[in-house]
Amino acid sequence: MATDTTDGTIVGRGNTDGARLFREWFTGLTAAAEAGRGGAYVFVMGSLVELLRTFDFPIVFPEINSLQTAVRRVAHEYLNEAEDQGYSTDICGYVKADVATQLRGGALPMGRIPKPAIAVYTNACNTYIKWAEIWERMYKIPTITLDVPGSRAAGAQTWPGNPDFENDRTYVLAQLRELIPVLERVSGVAFDIDRLREAMGHANTMNRMWRRVLELNGSRPSVFNALSDGTIYLGVANGFRGSPEGAAYFTDLVEELEYKSAHGIGTLTDERYRLLFIGVPCYPIFRRFTEMFTELGGTFVGSTYLRFASGGANRGFEYDLDHPLESLAEGLLIGTRDAMDNMFFQTEILIDMLDEMDADGLVYHPIKSCRTVSTGLADSRRALLAARDVPSLFIESDMMDRRVVSEAQLKNRIDAFFEGLASRRAQAAIRNA
Amino acid sequence: MAFAAGVDVGSTQTKAVIVDEHGRIVARALTMTGANVIRAAEHAFHEALKSGDLREEEVEYVVGTGYGRYKVTFGNTQVTEISCHGRGAVHMFPHTRTVVDMGGQDTKAIRVAPTGEILDFCMNDKCAAGTGRFLGAASSALDIPLDELGPTALGGERPVKISTTCTVFAESEVLSWLGKGKKIDDILLGVHQSIAGRSAGLLRRVGIEPEVTFTGGVARNVAMIKTLQESLGVPVNVSEESHYMGALGAALFALDHILTARTPARQDA
Repeated sequence: MATDTTDGTIVGRGNTDGARLFREWFTGLTAAAEAGRGGAYVFVMGSLVELLRTFDFPIVFPEINSLQTAVRRVAHEYLNEAEDQGYSTDICGYVKADVATQLRGGALPMGRIPKPAIAVYTNACNTYIKWAEIWERMYKIPTITLDVPGSRAAGAQTWPGNPDFENDRTYVLAQLRELIPVLERVSGVAFDIDRLREAMGHANTMNRMWRRVLELNGSRPSVFNALSDGTIYLGVANGFRGSPEGAAYFTDLVEELEYKSAHGIGTLTDERYRLLFIGVPCYPIFRRFTEMFTELGGTFVGSTYLRFASGGANRGFEYDLDHPLESLAEGLLIGTRDAMDNMFFQTEILIDMLDEMDADGLVYHPIKSCRTVSTGLADSRRALLAARDVPSLFIESDMMDRRVVSEAQLKNRIDAFFEGLASRRAQAAIRNA
Repeated sequence: MAFAAGVDVGSTQTKAVIVDEHGRIVARALTMTGANVIRAAEHAFHEALKSGDLREEEVEYVVGTGYGRYKVTFGNTQVTEISCHGRGAVHMFPHTRTVVDMGGQDTKAIRVAPTGEILDFCMNDKCAAGTGRFLGAASSALDIPLDELGPTALGGERPVKISTTCTVFAESEVLSWLGKGKKIDDILLGVHQSIAGRSAGLLRRVGIEPEVTFTGGVARNVAMIKTLQESLGVPVNVSEESHYMGALGAALFALDHILTARTPARQDA
C-alpha cells in the first residue's frame, strides 16, 4: 500500500497516497455510474459507511464532491446553474453544487458519480434532511434520517452505563434495525454480520489512528497543517471508512507523522505561531488562504473541522466486534454527538485544544453558506475570550462561493492579526526580561 | 534630528505624516488616491516633505499603511491600518482603550492595550454599509457637499429610519423619503444614526471600554460624532488629526525602527 516518495523517505507519503486513493475512488465511482449502479449517498457526520459498504453500494459523499468543485475553481459554474433553477444565493453552497451535478448527470471535474439508490444520514446538520428531500423528489428513492440525540447542554454528555445514554443507544439501535431491511431491499444483497465485523475492524483501526494523527500535531514543530494536509487526510477518513485501504493508509500515515515528530521535521521550516482553526475551510482560494498564514510563520496545529467533519472520529472510539449492532449504535451516537458538540459547544473543547496543542491563537472562520457551523461562532469566541486571554481572529468568507470571498480584505485582517501576535510576544519578552 | 514618516494609502484618500524623534507631527499632506496608487503615495509623501520644509534624505524610515500599503514602493516596511490607527489613537489620547475608525470603505472597531498593542478588532465585511461611502451616497442623492452633511443633519428633529443595509440602496431610500415630503435635515440625521448604529454594533463585538477615540476621515463630521456618542452612551475623543491617525501611527512605527536601531544590543555577561 505504502509508496516511498522520490527521495526515498516517507515524508509526504500521506499526501501522495491520499491523492492517489482519491483518484481511485472517483475512477470506481465513474465505472459504477457508467454501469448504471445506484450509489449510497451519505454525509460526513454519521456516515455509517462501514455498514453500507457491506451491501456493495458505491459510496458517494456529496459534500466532498461539492467542495472539490470549489478547490478546482469551477464551483461558480455549478452554483450559477442551481441558482438559475431558482435556488437562492443564501442557501448552502454544497447543496447547490450537488443540484447542478445531478442536473449534469453526475458530471464532476474528478469523474462521474452514480445516481443515488438510497440516502442515509443523521440529523447532525439540519440541511442534510432538506438536501435528501431533493433526491427523493428527483429519483423517488428512499431517504433515511437517523435521529441521533445530541448533547442537551455543554458538558452534559452522558456515557455508557448512564440510563440516559442507554436510552439513547436503544433509540439509535432500533433505527439501525429498521434500516438494515431497507438496505437489503434496495441493494439486493443480504445482510452479513461477519462482513460488518470486518468493516468495523477496519473502522476501529482508522478511528484509533485518526486520534493519534491529531495528537501527533502537538509536536513542536507541528508535523502537518490541519487546514491543508489535514483536509487530504480527512477525505480518506470519510471516503475509505471501514475499508482495508483506509486502515492501511492511516497506519502508514501515523508511521510517517511519528517519523517526522521523532526527527523534528515540521510542516514549516520556521514555525513561529501555532494556531487553531474553527469552522469550515475557504475552498475557493484553498491554497492561497493557507499561504496567507504560512508566509507569516503561522500554521494550523488543530481544527474543529477535523473533528466534526470526521464524524467525531477524533474520539478514537473502537467498536466491540462481539456485539456489532449494539456497538455500531454506540459508536454512531458518540461520534455524531461529538461532531455536533464541536460545532455547537466549542468553548471547553477549544480550551482543552489550546493546552494540548500549545497553541498561540485562534482563527474563527464563519462562512456565508453554512449557517449551521457559523451562527454561534461570534458568541463562542466571546465566551472563550472571557475564559482565556488568547489572541483570536474572526474572518468571514465562504466554503464554495467566490463571490463572497474577498482576498484583499482577508489579507488585511490576517496581517493585522499577525502584527498583534508579534506585538504580544514582544511585550511578553519585555515583561520576562 | 531624525525624522520618520507614515504614508496611509486609503481607498479614497492618501495621507502622509512626518514626525520628529519625539513623535511630534512636523508635516502632513493629503491627496486623492485615484487610479495610480504608487503615484498617490509618492505625491502625498513629497507634499508632506514640502510642507515641513524637509529633504527626503532627512527621513530615515518610512512605513506604508492602508489598503495600498504594498504600493508605497519607497517605504521600508508595511503595517496594517488596524495597528496604525490603534497606535495613533493611543499616542494622541493615552487613555484610549477602544478605537472606532471610519474611512471611505470600511469601519474598524479596535480594542487596544495601554501600550497601543491591538487586543482585538472587528471590521465591516463584504459591504460598505456603515462607512463613509454611505454618507457619499446620501450626499449624491441629496446634492449636498460632503462637508455640509454633518451641520445640516444637526438641524434634524424627527429623524427618519433608514432600514437598508446596502449603500447602493441607501440612495434610493433617501430619495423615497424625499418623495414622502420628509425634511432634508431629518433624512440626514436618520442616515447618521443608521451609520452610528452599525458602528456601535461593531464596537460591541470587541467590547466598548472607555476612553473611546474616533479616527478616520468621517470623524470630522459633527453629526457623526454626536450620533455615535448617543449610540454608545459614552463620550468619544476626536483629535484635530483624526483624519491622519493611520499615517501618524505608521510614522510612529517608523520611529520605533529608528530608535531601536540606535539602541545598543544588550551585552550579557
